[in-house]
Amino acid sequence: MCWSVFNPVSRTYGIGLWLRFALVTTKVLFDEYSGTCYAFSMGLGKMIRAALLLGVLAAAKMAVADPALTIGYLRAEVPRPPVLSNLDVTPEDIGLAGAQTGLQDNQTTGKFLGHEYLLTSLVVPVGGDPLAAAQELLSVSGFLAVDAPSDIVLAIAALPEARDAIVFNTGAGDTRLRDTECRANVLHTVPSDAMRTDALAQVFVQKRWRDLVMIAGTHPIDLAYADVMRRSLRKFGLKLSDEKTWDATADMRRTASQEIPLFTQSFGDYDAMILADELHDFGRYVLYNTWAARPVTGSEGLSAVTWSPVIEQWGAAQLQSRFFEQHGRAMTGRDYAAWAAVRTLGEAVTRTNADDVDTLRAYILSDAFELAGFKGRPLTYRDWNGQLRQPIAVVHPRALVAQAPLEGFLHQTNELDSLGLDRPESKCEAFR
Amino acid sequence: MKRVICGAVAALALFSAPGMSFGGEIWVTNEKDDTVSVIDTETLEVIQTYATGERPRGITFSKDFSRVYICASDSDAVQVMDPDTGEILHDLPSGEDPEQFVLHPDDTHLYIANEDDAITTVVNTKTRRVVAQIDVGVEPEGMAVSPDGRIAITTSETTNMAHWIDTATQQLFANSLVDSRPRHAEFTRDGAQMWVSSEIGGTLTVFDTATQKEQAKIEFAVQGVHPDRVQPVGFEFTNNDSHVFVALGPSNHVAVVNAATYEVEDYILVGRRVWHMAFNADKTQLFTTNGVSGDVTVIDVASRKALRSVKVGRFPWGAAFRP
Repeated sequence: MCWSVFNPVSRTYGIGLWLRFALVTTKVLFDEYSGTCYAFSMGLGKMIRAALLLGVLAAAKMAVADPALTIGYLRAEVPRPPVLSNLDVTPEDIGLAGAQTGLQDNQTTGKFLGHEYLLTSLVVPVGGDPLAAAQELLSVSGFLAVDAPSDIVLAIAALPEARDAIVFNTGAGDTRLRDTECRANVLHTVPSDAMRTDALAQVFVQKRWRDLVMIAGTHPIDLAYADVMRRSLRKFGLKLSDEKTWDATADMRRTASQEIPLFTQSFGDYDAMILADELHDFGRYVLYNTWAARPVTGSEGLSAVTWSPVIEQWGAAQLQSRFFEQHGRAMTGRDYAAWAAVRTLGEAVTRTNADDVDTLRAYILSDAFELAGFKGRPLTYRDWNGQLRQPIAVVHPRALVAQAPLEGFLHQTNELDSLGLDRPESKCEAFR
Repeated sequence: MKRVICGAVAALALFSAPGMSFGGEIWVTNEKDDTVSVIDTETLEVIQTYATGERPRGITFSKDFSRVYICASDSDAVQVMDPDTGEILHDLPSGEDPEQFVLHPDDTHLYIANEDDAITTVVNTKTRRVVAQIDVGVEPEGMAVSPDGRIAITTSETTNMAHWIDTATQQLFANSLVDSRPRHAEFTRDGAQMWVSSEIGGTLTVFDTATQKEQAKIEFAVQGVHPDRVQPVGFEFTNNDSHVFVALGPSNHVAVVNAATYEVEDYILVGRRVWHMAFNADKTQLFTTNGVSGDVTVIDVASRKALRSVKVGRFPWGAAFRP
């Protein structure tokens, strides 16, 4: 029974007839999640405490007019093009697991204040109808965390049901969602791609890696990453001395790792190589195979990420171990973004003692709001485009290398605004 | 080997005993070395390093200083050490991931924050049994007990509350919201006030103990340091509670707060990421643990100047004094 909670029931169902059933089932199971299921995976002592907790929750339900917040979570699965390596396995509960951990954090806090939290979730398979799913979720709650490509996020934001809702974008890094295509009802807990490339550019400046080359893939997300990287390099006074495209249709007769030395020979000497391989196709074979012995950065090697298992400072070790205990795997960036969305709402409910969209939205965008996000600084929202300000971790697979904003990158109001679209840069008008 | 060390310590103790009433030791837990460093408050040298369990953080002595309790967080135990020999005598059942604790004035009950479990565990150090487990907020950390022993406090970092525990019933009787990531709590000597530091919020909140109502909030501003990096963690009251010394984390400063007016009077530059602190015997010197720089800064309390830094183990965290 517990297992079915951690595997979202809705995952296996299509959209349509099953949907209503799936929603109801999820809710019931999540009620159990606070009690029965919690006890299931634990020892006797904890079981007793869990039973007590259940009692507390039951008592809380009888109270009148205390804030009770239902949060929707929607993930739209996207078709994944073939890649060279089979090593990457996407967890089936990616994102949702983060929302669940955030929910538990909220519930623990809520039980002292008489505040109640529920999560209803839907995972839409490839070929499903994410808009119908969003409508279902929005009919239950005005708070919806979405992990989907940017076009779907925009379509959801345009739904009549979303007009008076808060939609959290927890998956799409496209800078345009914080720029010309921003929406007043969409907040972004996932960093924009520009925040991540700005973080790397700060590292390049600090390390004096001024002579940079780039290899980009041909998939649209690779091209988009290459674009924001060029923008970041311009922003920090850097530029590329050479660029090449990794095109899988080119005449390559050997394995990628054998092709790389020759492919990179023409770059000559340089300080660092940037990879725009957001599909994670060829990039992994570039490391230690380049003609010149130079660091590799960007999509592989030294990368800028939302979250990573190697982050342990600032109390992050506690969040990591809590997450691992609950879900049996490491926390990813998409889990973190979903966690941050749910915790944002929890923090707003805690401080305002309210559960309506208007009050919470106003509080979230106000100066009073701050989220302790295990990144060493209070996280707040940019009131010009709804982006969650946050430090960006620059990591390799085994350790944190730096955390942007780096020392020395100053800003007139908040150093965190040296990452991504600053107020004068953003063309977003929906928040004015 | 242990005997030799023990002999040396005993000799030193004898040597320094007559006429030196202010001598003593500062014990510092080294979070990433699994050791405690012992600093002589006269010579300001590390005179001893003892092995502990994994990730030692909170540290406190029994009333007669014959036992030292150490939270070995990753060993899921509170260790009881003989401070004269460094020998671990036994472990106390502590619940998972004990981070901080406070010894009740009865010298018997330890109130332990179990960071990973959202629980405060109460352990009887004599019977070595768990007396109670109290559900608190997410990531409990700061622990305090009122001088009369009636109230214990747990602060929870992610729930952002100070939880008030009635030590007679071991039940919560109040929960006070504070700013983000509360890390440390202390009562004034008369028990009238309870202070809480909020790391991410960047504030100290002063509560009236009788009503659990907020009396004051103190903010900090260190010149040349972005407000986000001014993060209050550990703090201690000076003699007669006139001032409070506050560790400000990655701002690498300790603030001096006037406890009557709540004005911040001074900022003292110390090592990197300052966590916690302990006074010497007569509270003329303050020893701060600096996590990132791996040292302890010795502050002269009267002149509010940093005297010197003492290299200890990696990531020093907790600090406690013994005569």
